[in-house]
Amino acid sequence: MADNKSGGFFQRLKQGLAKTRKSFVQNIEQLFTGKAISPETFDDLEEILIGADLGPAFTQELIEEMKGRAKRHELAVADTLKQLLKDSMNKILQACEVPLIIPKDQVFTIMVVGVNGTGKTTTIGKLASYYKSQGRSVLIAAADTFRAAAIEQLEIWSRRVDVPIIKQKMGADPSAVVFDAIRSAKARETNVVIIDTAGRLHTKTNLMEELKKVRRIMGRELPGAPHETLLVLDATTGQNALVQAKIFNREIGVTGLALTKLDGTSKGGIIVRIAKEFQIPIRYIGVGEHLDDLKPFISREFVDALFE
Amino acid sequence: MFENLTEKLDSIFKNLRGKGVLTEDNVKAALKDIRMALLEADVNFKVVKDFVEDVRERAVGQEVLKSITPAQQIVKIVHDRLVHLMGDESSHLRLSGRFPSPIMLAGLQGCGKTTTAAKLALFLLAQERRVCLVSADIYRPAAMDQLKILSEKIHAGYYDAGGLPDPVQICVQAVEYAKSNGYDTLIIDTAGRLHVDAALMDELRRIKEVIRPDEILFVADAMTGQDAVNVAETFNSLLGIDGVILTKMDGDARGGAALSLKKVIGKPIKFVGTGEKTEALELFHPERMASRILGMGDILTLVEKAKTAIDEKSARELEKKIRKNEFTLQDLKDQILQIRKMGPLQDVLGMIPGFSKIKALKNAAPDEGEIAKTVAIIDSMTIKERYNYQIIDGRRRKRIARGSGTTVQDVNRLLKNYTEMRKMMKKLSKGGMKSLLRGNFSFK
Ligand SMILES: Nc1nc2c(ncn2[C@@H]2O[C@H](COP(=O)(O)OP(=O)(O)OP(=O)(O)O)[C@@H](O)[C@H]2O)c(=O)[nH]1
Ligand SMILES: [Mg+2]
Repeated sequence: MADNKSGGFFQRLKQGLAKTRKSFVQNIEQLFTGKAISPETFDDLEEILIGADLGPAFTQELIEEMKGRAKRHELAVADTLKQLLKDSMNKILQACEVPLIIPKDQVFTIMVVGVNGTGKTTTIGKLASYYKSQGRSVLIAAADTFRAAAIEQLEIWSRRVDVPIIKQKMGADPSAVVFDAIRSAKARETNVVIIDTAGRLHTKTNLMEELKKVRRIMGRELPGAPHETLLVLDATTGQNALVQAKIFNREIGVTGLALTKLDGTSKGGIIVRIAKEFQIPIRYIGVGEHLDDLKPFISREFVDALFE
Repeated sequence: MFENLTEKLDSIFKNLRGKGVLTEDNVKAALKDIRMALLEADVNFKVVKDFVEDVRERAVGQEVLKSITPAQQIVKIVHDRLVHLMGDESSHLRLSGRFPSPIMLAGLQGCGKTTTAAKLALFLLAQERRVCLVSADIYRPAAMDQLKILSEKIHAGYYDAGGLPDPVQICVQAVEYAKSNGYDTLIIDTAGRLHVDAALMDELRRIKEVIRPDEILFVADAMTGQDAVNVAETFNSLLGIDGVILTKMDGDARGGAALSLKKVIGKPIKFVGTGEKTEALELFHPERMASRILGMGDILTLVEKAKTAIDEKSARELEKKIRKNEFTLQDLKDQILQIRKMGPLQDVLGMIPGFSKIKALKNAAPDEGEIAKTVAIIDSMTIKERYNYQIIDGRRRKRIARGSGTTVQDVNRLLKNYTEMRKMMKKLSKGGMKSLLRGNFSFK
């Protein structure tokens, strides 16, 4: 994945992409800088917000709010409007900027859940690496026993990061894997246990029941477990992410969110609405496929990126 | 959602039912709601803009049908446009007679390419094709294992790249392998990649150049948001996409990305993935997708029914008239016209409430020519005559025949049929008229 394969096409492509990016940024800058507020300002604002996947209803709400404030404060220039809007979103997100604190003197379990393909397994690899770099002992558990080669995938991560893995055969009961993992962590006095689960659509009741069972088993083996239920959301996802958050939260109680694939051009704006409605802490963002492509969620940075 | 949408629209059109035309003003309000519905379904902002404009142009000026509500009428236009936009082209795979005929899958990370590759293989196996799979994904951990396991499960061939480090080389070798092992189809699974990853996009282009796939299919997650257009645009312009496969349709995402993708790529959506099992691949149905995007489940049957049925309200009015023996020649004409507007129907009189049960009229079921004649005759009558047939004497009959380009015998026959109808209606209205009419409201 290195950038060393240059050549005519590659160069052209890079330039092309840079141009697209630039023109978009310029557009937004032009939209705000030093301009008087007009109805078009709000139209443009709407386009930006909807384009960032905040959703039409929420966008409407934000714009009404801005219109009201623009009137009251008799704002003259659009720059202030942009700042106000940013502040408004920041207020919502800041409440969810709660880092995950892991005590060092206990077995702390993190169950990672989400719909298919959002980046659960990759995030686990990154998390394991991150916690390990903090000097913690880490163990990962392959409780996705359903998807072909899911276990092998996690195994490779365990080798990459050099952390132990607990696994069984494909098709095994995920609860049994988790049971093993917790036993083993207790015996080894492992600090952090991260559990990979199979991707599942929130609409599949039987699979949601399966997760509930995994939870129950964990709690029985280790009071308080899972200490963190981390829902992994894909920033490419549109409005459906809201329903995902809602149902996973309702069924198994989500305590943290990770938003992946922010290295693409999707903005993941739906997270603002999720934050507003469910106030679930947003723990991490994923910005690539490498071990170190995981960052803590910082509200300010995220909001700035929404407007870039 | 559809309930919401139509209800909303219904309230906008409260005063419009069954009269006038759809005007700029009343359409505007409806389109606002439709716009929201489409955006809520993740159709891209710009695509929605063009779409709504297109619908506005089509809707404004349309006569408000009596048979359906204006809300339904607009939703129908929207629905028809969606179907049209998403489903104009044939969605079959175009595989050449080459051995093997290569199919290449491409798309973002996590969109479901590998599972889809296996599904597609199974689909083609069922068509007696000899299918081999290969994974050109050297990046994602265990991606190759995943495809290998799936290939074995469905008894398809699999080219094991061993430790080959170059995806292009892997594909070249896979073609050779397929050729010498008698496979007629080679499905190439590629690594998920971001459209802005220049190096990886270039890799895809090189695979394309060397392999020249018969089909390059873009695999996209049905849950994709607004950015679907950027992604699709880049993949398409760098790669040239022949079709789309939409995955994870078994969820509850409205799937507006389908419209955005179609718009950007301009090529058909060929399949949809509807589950994690390898069998869960279906052909794409534009009507279903349109209903889904609008969030309206069974609208189709509803609208279709409404289209062919006589407006219940006017049917009820008719019933009243019949019961009071006030069924005029004007009513006869209105009924005939309304029915004809819904398409060429042979058994027209039989469609009028109560009529199909009247045996004596069964044989008199007119053809299109008869209908035209009947309408012409009634048109040549004065208003007075239409509401009071008894005043139509010999002189008036002659005038009417001349005016309508028919003969006096034609006029006589019409009047005879009409009076017979009235007689029968009178008889019936004493007995089971009501239930009889009710039974005829639901036209099949
Ligand atoms: N660009 C990018 N790709 C990512 C990111 N996180 C994960 N991916 C990729 O997304 C794809 C799916 O990731 P997985 O980790 O396998 O996703 P998952 O949720 O475990 O998938 P299932 O177990 O199949 O449901 C892989 O190709 C990952 O490399 C990210 O932050 N950025
Ligand atoms: Mg996984």
